[in-house]
Amino acid sequence: MSASMQAIAEQKYKYGFTTDIAMEDFPRGLSEDIVRRISAKKSEPAWMLEWRLKAYRLWLTMEEPDWAHVKHPPIDYNDLYYYAAPAAPAPKSLDDVDPELLKTYEKLGIPLNERAALAGVAVDAVFDSVSVATTFRDTLSKSGVIFCPISEAVREHPELVKKYLGSVVPVRDNYFSALNSAVFSDGSFVFIPKGVRCPMELSTYFRINARNTGQFERTLIIADDDASVSYLEGCTAPMRDENQLHAAVVELVAMDNAKIKYSTVQNWYPGDANGKGGIYNFVTKRGACRGKNSKISWTQVETGSAITWKYPSCVLLGDGSVGEFYSVAVTNNHQQADTGTKMIHIGKNTTSTIISKGISAGKSENTYRGLVKILASASGARNHTQCDSLLIGNECGAHTVPYIESRNSSAKVEHEATTSKIAEDQLFYCRSRGLSEEDAVGLIVNGFCKDVLKELPMEFAVEAQKLLAVSLEGSVG
Amino acid sequence: MTALPSKKLEAWRYTDLAPLAAISFGAPPAAVAQQLPALDLPRLVFLNGVLSQNLSSSLAFAQPFVPGAETSAQPLAQINAEQARDGVTLTIPDGVDAGTILVISHASAGEPFAFHLRHRITLGQGASLTIIDIAKGDGVYWHNPVTDISLAAGAQLRHYRLQDESREAYNLSTIRAHIEAGAAYEHFTATIGAKLSRTEIHAALVGEQATAHLNAAQLLTDEQHGDFTTVVAHKAPNCPSRQTVRSVLAGLSRGVFQGRIEVDRIAQKTDGYQMSRALLLSPYAEMDIKPELQIYADDVKCSHGATIGTLDDAQLFYLRSRGIPEAEARSLLIRAFLDEALEPVQHADARVLFDAAIDNWWRVQ
Repeated sequence: MSASMQAIAEQKYKYGFTTDIAMEDFPRGLSEDIVRRISAKKSEPAWMLEWRLKAYRLWLTMEEPDWAHVKHPPIDYNDLYYYAAPAAPAPKSLDDVDPELLKTYEKLGIPLNERAALAGVAVDAVFDSVSVATTFRDTLSKSGVIFCPISEAVREHPELVKKYLGSVVPVRDNYFSALNSAVFSDGSFVFIPKGVRCPMELSTYFRINARNTGQFERTLIIADDDASVSYLEGCTAPMRDENQLHAAVVELVAMDNAKIKYSTVQNWYPGDANGKGGIYNFVTKRGACRGKNSKISWTQVETGSAITWKYPSCVLLGDGSVGEFYSVAVTNNHQQADTGTKMIHIGKNTTSTIISKGISAGKSENTYRGLVKILASASGARNHTQCDSLLIGNECGAHTVPYIESRNSSAKVEHEATTSKIAEDQLFYCRSRGLSEEDAVGLIVNGFCKDVLKELPMEFAVEAQKLLAVSLEGSVG
Repeated sequence: MTALPSKKLEAWRYTDLAPLAAISFGAPPAAVAQQLPALDLPRLVFLNGVLSQNLSSSLAFAQPFVPGAETSAQPLAQINAEQARDGVTLTIPDGVDAGTILVISHASAGEPFAFHLRHRITLGQGASLTIIDIAKGDGVYWHNPVTDISLAAGAQLRHYRLQDESREAYNLSTIRAHIEAGAAYEHFTATIGAKLSRTEIHAALVGEQATAHLNAAQLLTDEQHGDFTTVVAHKAPNCPSRQTVRSVLAGLSRGVFQGRIEVDRIAQKTDGYQMSRALLLSPYAEMDIKPELQIYADDVKCSHGATIGTLDDAQLFYLRSRGIPEAEARSLLIRAFLDEALEPVQHADARVLFDAAIDNWWRVQ
C-alpha cells in the first residue's frame, strides 16, 4: 500500500464529535413502564399507548433473528436507553433551538436556517429522539402537504395515523419491527393529498448523539391518488466506543398513479479500524404500491454502520405498479452489511428493477440478500435484477444470496450477478494518464456504481460520491 | 432413524419432506425379474436395493460392499450411513481407463419400502471412468442413495444420471465429490421421474486446476417436485467450475434449483459460472431459484444468472410461419432450450439414452 493511501486509510471519521447539552434520560432497560413513559412524554392518546403495549408484549415472545450473514456479541436490550431528548422544552422556531445543536448540524452541513432556503430543502431534523426543528412547514401546508414529526401526527392527524401505521410493516413482521413499534420515539410523517406534486424535496437528517441510546424512528409516508414526493434521508453519528442500536421502521403507501422516491445516504459511525464501536443498523423499510400504476423507488448508498441489516422492499399490489431498488453498499475494515430488497409481485403487469452494487474492502463482509416473488395473480409481471460485487483486498468477503420464486408462466424474471476485482488494466490505464492510484480507484468505483448514483437527487449524488471515495481510500495498493 | 430435515432448515426451504415422513416404509421385498435398459455395457444391477449377481457383469475393479461408520451433518447422508446395506464400490488404479460402467437401480414395490444405496467411487492418479446411472421402478418407495467420489490428481470421472423413478416414488440423492489437482468431475442429471426428488451435490475442488461441471435438466409435470441443489467449494487456486441447469415445468409441477459457489481465501483466480433457466409451460407450475455466491478471495471471476419465463411467442411465430406445426415448433424450442445443459454430454450411449428419455417425456405431454 502506498504511503498516501495509508494516510487516507487511517483518516478519522470526520463526523465523530459529540454535542454537550443537557439530556433528559429515562433509566436503562425496557419494561411496560418505560413504554408508558415514552407514550406519556409524547402526550399520546390512549389508543397509541395500547398499540405500543401490545407491540411490547408481542416483542417479549419473539426471538432475535439469526439468519443474516453477520456476527455480533449478543445485544442486552435491558442495558439500553430507550428515550433521550434535549432537556429544554420543544422549540417553537429556529431561534429557540439550542445553539450547540445548530452548530452540530452546521458541521454536518445540514441546510437548516437560511441555508435551508438556498438549498430548497425542508428538514425535519431528529436529534436523538425528538424532532427539533421542522422548516418549510408553511410552504408545504399551503399545498396541503403534511410534513411533521410522527409524534405530532399522532395528536393532530390520528385518523391518518390509525389508518396507515403498521399497515405496511405489521407489528409482528419481525423482532425489530415489534421492538420499534413498542418504543419508537420519533420520526417523520408525510401525507401528500390527491393530485399534489410535493413542491420540494423533503428530508430528514437523523443523528444519534447520546451514549447507549437506541434510536427507534418511525417514518410513515403516504402519497394519495396522483400525488408524488421525493424524500431524502441522511444519517451521521458521532464517534462512540459502545455499539449503538438503531432499529427504524419506514412505511410507504402509494395509491393510484402515486409516486414515492425514497433516497438514503447512510453514514452512521462504522466503528474504528479494529472493529470497535459503531452502529448496529437493523432497519425494516417497506413500501406498498396499493394503487394502479403507482411507483415506489428506493435508492440507498450505505457506507456507514458496523452492521447493516436492511431490506427496503416493495409490495406491488396495484396493477401496473412499479418497484425499484438501487443500492450501493460499501464495507471496509470490520464492517458487516447484509442488505438487499424484496419485490413481491401481486398485481398484473407489475414490474420491478433491482440494481445492487456491493463493494467490500478491508476485513469486511458484504452480502446481498434479495427476494423476487411472482404470485400466480401477477400475469405479465417483469423483473430484472443485476447484482455486482467488487472485492478489494484478500481479507474481505462478498456474498450474493438471491431468492427467485415464480408462479406465473407469463411472468419474466431475469437475474444476473457478478463478482470481480478492480482490473489491473483499468488501473493502469488511469494511472498512465496521470491519475494517482487513489483517484483511479475512486474513478473506477464511481463508474461501477454509476447506475445507482444517477438515481440519487442532485444534493445527495455529490455527497454520495465523496463518501464512496472516503470510505474506500486506503483499501487498494 | 435420524429425523428427516424440516422446511425450517435453510437448505430445505423449497422442498418439503412432510409427505415422505407420513409414509411408513417397510423392508425391501424380494426382487422379481425386470425389463432393464438394453445398453450393451458392463453393468451392475440393483433390484430393490440389492445387487443382483445374475444380472451384473463381473468387473475387475469392483469390490464387495462394506458398511462404513460415519457421522454426517446432512440428515439424509446420516440416514444413509445408518441404513445402507449395499452399493457399488469401485476403485480404479492409477493411469487406468476403466471405460463405461452402467449402474441400474430398479425398484418394484407392493407395499412402500425404502432402500439406501451407498456407492464409493475412487479413481487413482490419471485414471478415468464413465458411469451411467439409471434409476427406475414402479410403486411407492424411497430411494436414498449416497455416492462418495474421490478423484486423485489428473483423474477424470464422467457421471451421467437418468432419474426416471416411479411417479409415486421419492428419490433423494446425495453426491459428494473430492476433486484433486487437475482432476475433472463432469456431472449431468436428467430428472424426469419420481413424485418428489432431490439431487444434492457437494463438490470440493481441493487442488489447482481441478474442475467440476454440474449440469442438469429437470422435466416435470403433474404434481411432481424436482430439486437440484449444488455446493461447489473452491478450496484451491485456479479452478474453473461450470453449472448449467435447465428446467421445463408443465402441469402443477414445481422445480427448485439452489446452487452455491464458495470461494476460499486461498482460491485466487477462481472462475465460477452458473446459469439456471426455467420454462413454465403451464399457469400452475412454479420455479424457485436460489443461486448463491460466497466469496472470500478478491482475484476471482464468479457470476451467476437466472431466468424464469415461458416460450417466446415471437420464436413460435417464426417457426409456424415457416410451416412447422405448433406442437413440433414447441418441441423444437424446448429441445434447443435443453441443449445447453446436455451439450457437455459427449458420450454416445449416454446421449442416446437422454435424447430418448426427453423425446419420450415430450410425447406424453
